[in-house]
Amino acid sequence: MQVHKYDVVIVGAGGAGMRAAIESGQRAHTAVLTKLYPTRSHTGAAQGGMCAALANVEEDNWEWHTFDTVKGGDYLVDQDAAEVMAKEAIDAVLDLEKMGLPFNRTPEGKIDQRRFGGHTRDHGKAAVRRACYAADRTGHMILQTLYQNCVKHNVEFYNEYYVLDLITVEEDATREDGTTYKQKRVAGVVTYDLASGELHIFQAKSVVFATGGLGKIFKTTSNAHTLTADGMALAYRAGIPLEDMEFVQFHPTGLAGLGVLLSEAARGEGGILRNSDGERFMERYAPTIKDLAPRDIVARAMAQEVREGRGAGPNKDYVYLDLTHLEPEHIDAKLPDITEFARTYLAVEPHTEPVPVFPTCHYAMGGVPTNIKAEVLQDNEVVVPGLYAAGEVACVSVHGSNRLGTNSLLDINVFGKRAGIYAAEYASTAEFVELPEAPETFVTEQLEMLRNSSGDQRVATIRAELQDTMDLNMQVFRSEESIREALDKIYELKGRYQQITVQDKGKRFNLDLLEALELGFLLDMAEVMTVSAMHRKESRGGHYREDYPDRDDENFMLHSMLYKDPGFETEGVKGIRFDTKPVIFTRYEPMERKY
Amino acid sequence: MSTPTVEKEPASKIDLAESGDGAGAVQQFDITLKVRRYDPERTEDAWWDEWNLTMFGTDRVLDALHKVKWDVDGTLTFRRSCAHGICGSDAMRINGRNRLACKTLLKDLDTSKPIIVEAIKGLPVEKDLIVDMEPFFQSYREIMPFMINSSPTPTAERVQSPEERQRFDDTTKCILCAACTSSCPVFWTDGQYFGPAAIVNAHRFIFDSRDDAGDMRLEILNDREGVWRCRTTFNCTEACPRGIEVTKAIQEVKTAILTRSL
Repeated sequence: MQVHKYDVVIVGAGGAGMRAAIESGQRAHTAVLTKLYPTRSHTGAAQGGMCAALANVEEDNWEWHTFDTVKGGDYLVDQDAAEVMAKEAIDAVLDLEKMGLPFNRTPEGKIDQRRFGGHTRDHGKAAVRRACYAADRTGHMILQTLYQNCVKHNVEFYNEYYVLDLITVEEDATREDGTTYKQKRVAGVVTYDLASGELHIFQAKSVVFATGGLGKIFKTTSNAHTLTADGMALAYRAGIPLEDMEFVQFHPTGLAGLGVLLSEAARGEGGILRNSDGERFMERYAPTIKDLAPRDIVARAMAQEVREGRGAGPNKDYVYLDLTHLEPEHIDAKLPDITEFARTYLAVEPHTEPVPVFPTCHYAMGGVPTNIKAEVLQDNEVVVPGLYAAGEVACVSVHGSNRLGTNSLLDINVFGKRAGIYAAEYASTAEFVELPEAPETFVTEQLEMLRNSSGDQRVATIRAELQDTMDLNMQVFRSEESIREALDKIYELKGRYQQITVQDKGKRFNLDLLEALELGFLLDMAEVMTVSAMHRKESRGGHYREDYPDRDDENFMLHSMLYKDPGFETEGVKGIRFDTKPVIFTRYEPMERKY
Repeated sequence: MSTPTVEKEPASKIDLAESGDGAGAVQQFDITLKVRRYDPERTEDAWWDEWNLTMFGTDRVLDALHKVKWDVDGTLTFRRSCAHGICGSDAMRINGRNRLACKTLLKDLDTSKPIIVEAIKGLPVEKDLIVDMEPFFQSYREIMPFMINSSPTPTAERVQSPEERQRFDDTTKCILCAACTSSCPVFWTDGQYFGPAAIVNAHRFIFDSRDDAGDMRLEILNDREGVWRCRTTFNCTEACPRGIEVTKAIQEVKTAILTRSL
């Protein structure tokens, strides 16, 4: 067993991980472990922009941005975190520009800005131009720029190393009031080297999780094949709670039938949605900002149009994104990639034809609970020393129950940077936590079980059935009945998962084996998400319950906290303990959310 | 102020042309997928496998590979991630041409003959369609692919006009998939050659008005393994899934070396 020792180990090399690495790498002995080559990370698929109140093209300030973020999240946002994000957004954009990011420019040579859903002037008066962008490939430019700067700073990468376990220990600890509790501490991670099939232990004083999201729980998704909830599942198995997992964002404009993302920038640049009657239906749902309402509202409106028979196409199961009233040169200049997607994958010419679109699973608002220093919490108050999380895997919570467009690219930069700085600072004074004996045992047994299984269940079949049931029952409309159906199916699939077999028994580049492990993560996280959705008997942001269509602040203005705990049962599911955590309010009282 | 975003206010309601095509009306057809396999754990030599598959009109080569891996033979091994041409994981040789498997629709290939899929050339094959990318990234790192600017850092952004920004726009699109470099006959015979992708990424900084180190990069590419190895065969430009004019970028770097003032 090879054991490596670093002050800081960062898991994941997307935007959050590499932003952390740039900070940590200059302050402490740092390694980045990533299951993909860094430039393959899904940050690169983000399109539209990154909001910051630079006020380069019209009046704006970070307080308005904070308000929009809080309101966009339907008031489930921790307002201290939203303030940090909106305030530090300005430097986050300028940092990237100085690192070399080629933003689009105004005629005066400043960073240009455009409109984006839910971002408004003066607390909702009108749409504001706040999104800094590089055509419709802003995420690509961020990922490339961060990787370039990692090369510049000689950041050490371990490419195609899959982290398969988080090593933690527990110590008895005493609170100020004399009561005792178990304090978790992080000792390192167990990784699997894809090329050789060997396990490596990385011992570290600080571990930063920046592993991204969970889109592959659903069938229709904008997410990459590799977004399989790894980090969330590993934290959860290590006894760390998961927060607000019921809140999943469905992006309104996925290419119909495929889920490939068409940026909200299409609507920011003037594109509109139409039903089969050619009607601009968002005028009915959000009279003030119409097509630029937040994503949860637009996605539900689209699904509602389809339900009421106004869907387009042979199966009447999508609506149209109409760009035909825009100048072709303007479309080509500002939205080149997404128009190419429409041409390549659906053979539709956006200059002259409306593009078939339907909501696609896009983003997990919930995740591993953190505070504004990106420190991971083991319960509502206690921090796990040395453990950090940033980006989609984390729930800080700046997105509440619905994330605004562009705020994810912002989140990874602001909290990725914070995680890198605080992780390195912690490592400069902390001691290594002694590794438990044979920390790889759990992973070794899991791999042996999969390699030697004589079961008859196939990974792809179980995964497809999971994705089908989640699309059917846990998408933009949910009810007790549909959630129960999903839970029953997940229970069945978890049983069958015990009987899966992998065909590839080799050691080199065994992706067959890793897909089997990833399916285990997906099943666990689908269960947590669904239990959390059952518990929340209200509608808020991305979570819409047909049986409880209103927001219920009296009973549910609380974060959901789910723990893996064998002694408990929640919503009929064994092994899960449910708790809540108060939402942090600073300046904004909850109001009705209208646009 | 920049140009207004909306040219004209769209109508609340329009007449849509009779539609019905687009997504939904999907046709099925049969293909034969033929893949060059290699796994040194099983046997020293490479071999070919063939599968007959029923696919849909919207399916890509990646979907066919997944169908084999998920339903038939789990040992078939290839990299992929985003599945829509952005991450650069799945560059491979399809019917003799470098492409991304996730951007190549089956219906656009000749399905009357087997569709032939091989690993990209010029990099060591590790298993099936997976190659060792390290030599490729090594060349990339050597051209100093990061902005170097020694003037005092301004508090706000560095100013750059839209025209200056446009000058290097094409080469910012690179996703480092290696389709260009591994389509280059010079690279096949001389693995020391920097290759088109590294030059594209050097171009992206050489022509960025904010960067100070253009001369250093030009000096690196003036090496015997640098731009002068390029024989202008245009394979790279044809292979680029992002539509970058790779050969033109290489020519611009050559010209810059000849005309620079040192």
